Amino acid sequence: MTVPDELHYTHEHEWVAVSDSIATVGITDHAQNALGDVVYVSLPPPGGKVTAGEPCGEVESTKSVSDIYSPVDGEVTEVNGEIDDDPGLVNSDPYGAGWLFKVRVAADEDPPGLLTAVEYTALIREDE
Amino acid sequence: MTDPQSRAPRRTPLTAVHEGLGATLTDFAGWLMPLRYGSETAEHNAVRRTAGLFDLSHMGELAVTGPDAAAALDYALVGQLTALQPGRARYTMICADDGGVLDDLIVYRLAAQEFLVVANASNTAVVAAALSERTAGKDAAVNDRTSDCALIAIQGPSSAGILAPLTDASLADMRYYSGHPATVAGCPALLARTGYTGEDGFEIFARPQDAERIWAALCEAGTSDGLVPAGLAARDTLRLEAGMPLYGNELGPGITPFDAGLGRVVKLGKPGDFVGRAALARRARAIPERVLVGLTGQTRRVPRHGYNVLWDGAPRGTVTSGAPSPTLGVPIAMAYLASDAAGLAGRGDAAGRLAVDVRGRAEPAVLTPLPFYRRPA
Repeated sequence: MTVPDELHYTHEHEWVAVSDSIATVGITDHAQNALGDVVYVSLPPPGGKVTAGEPCGEVESTKSVSDIYSPVDGEVTEVNGEIDDDPGLVNSDPYGAGWLFKVRVAADEDPPGLLTAVEYTALIREDE
Repeated sequence: MTDPQSRAPRRTPLTAVHEGLGATLTDFAGWLMPLRYGSETAEHNAVRRTAGLFDLSHMGELAVTGPDAAAALDYALVGQLTALQPGRARYTMICADDGGVLDDLIVYRLAAQEFLVVANASNTAVVAAALSERTAGKDAAVNDRTSDCALIAIQGPSSAGILAPLTDASLADMRYYSGHPATVAGCPALLARTGYTGEDGFEIFARPQDAERIWAALCEAGTSDGLVPAGLAARDTLRLEAGMPLYGNELGPGITPFDAGLGRVVKLGKPGDFVGRAALARRARAIPERVLVGLTGQTRRVPRHGYNVLWDGAPRGTVTSGAPSPTLGVPIAMAYLASDAAGLAGRGDAAGRLAVDVRGRAEPAVLTPLPFYRRPA
C-alpha cells in the first residue's frame, strides 16, 4: 500500500495535505483497496463547517459503505467536482485526482491529532 | 491453546492460482476464496459481455445412489426427482417439517440410480445429515464427495465458443440445465449447462488434481475473447441482477419457497409424502403476509441487507440483498415487503411513497419486477 511521506493521516484512513491554511482531504490507498470499486461519494457541502473526528460524508462501494471523518476543524471551501461522474478516481488515484474536499483551517499550525506516514504505515500493518 | 473457532479456512484445489493472481482472498463458509482479482465491477461486466471464470470448489457435492435413490429424494426434497431424466438437472430445495428452507440445491441425474446433489458451502453438512436421515431404511446411499470435487464455472455469452475446442461434448446439443460426463482439457469431468449469473455458461465438476490444468486451459483458450477470472463479489452482483436468491439472505429456516416466490419448486402433486408437505400445502393455500420484491433505488445511496423498507414513511419490510448494479448503473435490491404495501407500491399512484431507510435517510425507490436483468435472446 502506498503511504506518501509528505502527507498526514487519520486512524480512519483519511489523508490530509495542508498548504496556505487550506487542508486537502482524501482517503488512503489502503482504504480504497479495502472498499473495492467506489460507486458514489457523498461530500460535505461547500460553505459548511466540519469538525475533526466527526463523520462528514460517505463512500459507497460495491460491497459496503464507509463514513468519511473530517481530519480537521474548519469550513469546507471546495469539493472535487470530478468525483460524482467518476467515483473510480478514488480507487485509481486516491492521493491525486481522487482528492475529496478542501477545508480552510487555522493558520500556522499543523492540525492536531494526525498521524505521520510512519505512524500510519505501522497502523495498517497491524490490520493485516 | 488454539481456539477451535479460529481454525484456518480450507484451501480449494485452485487457491494457489488465486494467490498467484494477487486475488483478495476471504474466508467464505470456512473456505479461502477469491473475493476479487482486481475490479469486481470489471469482472461482473466481463461476464455480461464476454466470459468470466469462477472457482466454485467450496460448493458441496453429495452423491445419492441406489435403487431407491430417486424415491428417497422425492421424500427428502420438495421436488419430484423421479421425474428427472438422466442427463438433466433441476433447481430445487430441501425443507424442514415446518416448510422452512434448509438449502436451495441443484440436483443432477447422472443415471437411473445416480444423483449428484449440489449444496451451498455453508449448508453442506446440514444437507448431508438431513439426506442421510431421510434416506434411512431405503436402499439408497448418501456420500459426501465435496473433497473429491473441484468445480470450475465459465459464464458469459462467449462461454460455449471458448469451451467447445476443449471438450468432446457437443455443446450445441446441450440444453440449459443438462449435465453429463465429458472430457474437458483431456480430463474426465461432469459437464453441466447451469449457472448462477443469468448468462449462458457451464459448470465443470472435475477431480481436484485436474483443476489447475482445466483452469489454465480455459484461461488460454479464452484469451482472445477477454475471458477473466471472476470472484465472489462479482458472483453476488450477477445473481442479484438475475433475481436469484441467496441462502442466508432471501432464503433461510424461517422462509418457505412460497415466501420467496419460488412455490413452483414445491411439487405438491407428486405421489407419496415428503418432508414439509403438510406445512407447505397449508402455506400454498394461504394469503401471504409478505412477498419478495425487487427494488430500484432512485438515488445513488444503496439499499443494503437489513435496511428497512418504508411505505408512506412506516417500516413495512426489510432489504435482503442490495448492491449497485454494474449493468443497470443504479442501486438494486431484493426485499420482503408486507403484501398490502407491495400491492399498493406496484400501482401507478405509488410515486414517492416507497423508500428505503439508508442509514437514517429515506431514499425513494420503485418496485421492480424480477429479474432486473435478462440476457438477450
